[in-house]
Amino acid sequence: MLRQRAFLMSEIRDFFESRQVLEVETPVLSSAANTDLNIDVFQTQAIKAKGQNAYLRTSPEFFHKRLLSSGSGDIFEIAKVFRLGESTHLHNPEFTLLEWYRLDFKMQQLMTEVIDLVQYLRAGFGLETMTVNTYSYQQIFLDKLSFDPFNCSDNDLNELARKAGYYGDALGRTAALDFMFAIQLEPLLIKDQGYLIHDFPVEQAALSQVHPKHSNRCLRFEFLWGGVELANGYQELTDADEQRKRFEQDNQNRLAMGKSELPIDVHLIGALTDGLPDCSGVAVGVDRLLMCLLGKDQISQVLAFDAGKS
Amino acid sequence: MSVYSTSQFKNGLKIMFDGDPFSIVENQEVKPGKGQAFNRVKMRNLKTGRVIEKTFKSNEKVDSADVIDTEMQYLYNDGEFYHFMDPNSFEQFEADDTAVGENAKWLKEEDICMVTLWNNVPLTIEPPNFVELTITETDPGVRGDTSGGGSKPATLETGAVVNVPLFVPQGEVIKVDTRSGEYVSRVKK
Repeated sequence: MLRQRAFLMSEIRDFFESRQVLEVETPVLSSAANTDLNIDVFQTQAIKAKGQNAYLRTSPEFFHKRLLSSGSGDIFEIAKVFRLGESTHLHNPEFTLLEWYRLDFKMQQLMTEVIDLVQYLRAGFGLETMTVNTYSYQQIFLDKLSFDPFNCSDNDLNELARKAGYYGDALGRTAALDFMFAIQLEPLLIKDQGYLIHDFPVEQAALSQVHPKHSNRCLRFEFLWGGVELANGYQELTDADEQRKRFEQDNQNRLAMGKSELPIDVHLIGALTDGLPDCSGVAVGVDRLLMCLLGKDQISQVLAFDAGKS
Repeated sequence: MSVYSTSQFKNGLKIMFDGDPFSIVENQEVKPGKGQAFNRVKMRNLKTGRVIEKTFKSNEKVDSADVIDTEMQYLYNDGEFYHFMDPNSFEQFEADDTAVGENAKWLKEEDICMVTLWNNVPLTIEPPNFVELTITETDPGVRGDTSGGGSKPATLETGAVVNVPLFVPQGEVIKVDTRSGEYVSRVKK
């Protein structure tokens, strides 16, 4: 496994070298945090003697955007990232993300490049070309679960979730869709096929642009290998005011859930104000990618030391 | 009664659900990259034995079920209840037909059984894996035939009927596996 892991890293570097994407390294420790409602951050002492707490990054995204706005051009990083409390057969609190950004790429072009990478790696690992199915978020719900996620009331969504075994208080719209996606849809996906799913609901936009034609959707996509979520990508939001609003909304959602507010990354807002070039970016879970390439079903099988042993 | 969070879920944990006690059989955390996390749980209804699958939001709280497994000695059946005794405290418990169910046919006085108590009342009874019971009725044995070819039904002292080899006579004590209901061997007294 150690050799296969090393081989994967060198294959990834070869892929990006051939496409003239520059490898970068950015800080693991940051004075700002990811405000995402469903991601919990590790927190530690202030970086400088005085000041607020510091945080371990949950993704290198904010640093990458600062590099892009200062003229770095296309970049990638194989980044160690940290998410508190995520420990399942598919999660380790410390894991490796491959993140990359492409200037002037539309979402569609980046989706194609994700598949290029996957097929390149499969070939390197002696696997045949993968069948990849492309769906809009709406279309895959219609095809696999027979309802339209954009035309279904919160009550109806909750009703569907309960029928599918959900037990508890009524779910918010986004959580109910997460339920249908993760609990109902993912297990239906064919094990060794790829699924590109794009145009997510705008409530799940995170750092992506709103869809130019459908204001209830956003330019976000995911790539799944069978039922395993491997990649999450955006045509990136470049509007500083909109980004600040989303961070503030995140913090309000956090407070409503009884979580603490987190410091917004003002450097990122600054970078967007200075001007983030038009770009698309994506993050791929490298450990899971290796799992899939090797046909394993536990993330611990592809880590030298998992959280239980670190 | 205490309360468990889904983060404490593990196999064998006893929880209350819809008014019934359940034992968790399988717990899987499902966490989308940017979405709500859930716990998908398979659990066995301790009253009916039925396994159901439910999904909880992560960090949801559920009540614990006051369920404990205790080894007890079976005493007797008074026609309505089966009486058991905790050999440590000498406390006695009455189990009804629902709790004993099919297992009644394996209960022999003085045998040690596993009694699952819910709120201090017997919920289910597990007989020992192997019991030794006397054959009260079976066709005459075929003398000399110990080859094991063929079998015949035999009624045991507790009322259970098992298939035994042809050579095993009435009045003999045999060992039976209660999980499969199958004859294991003769018991030399």
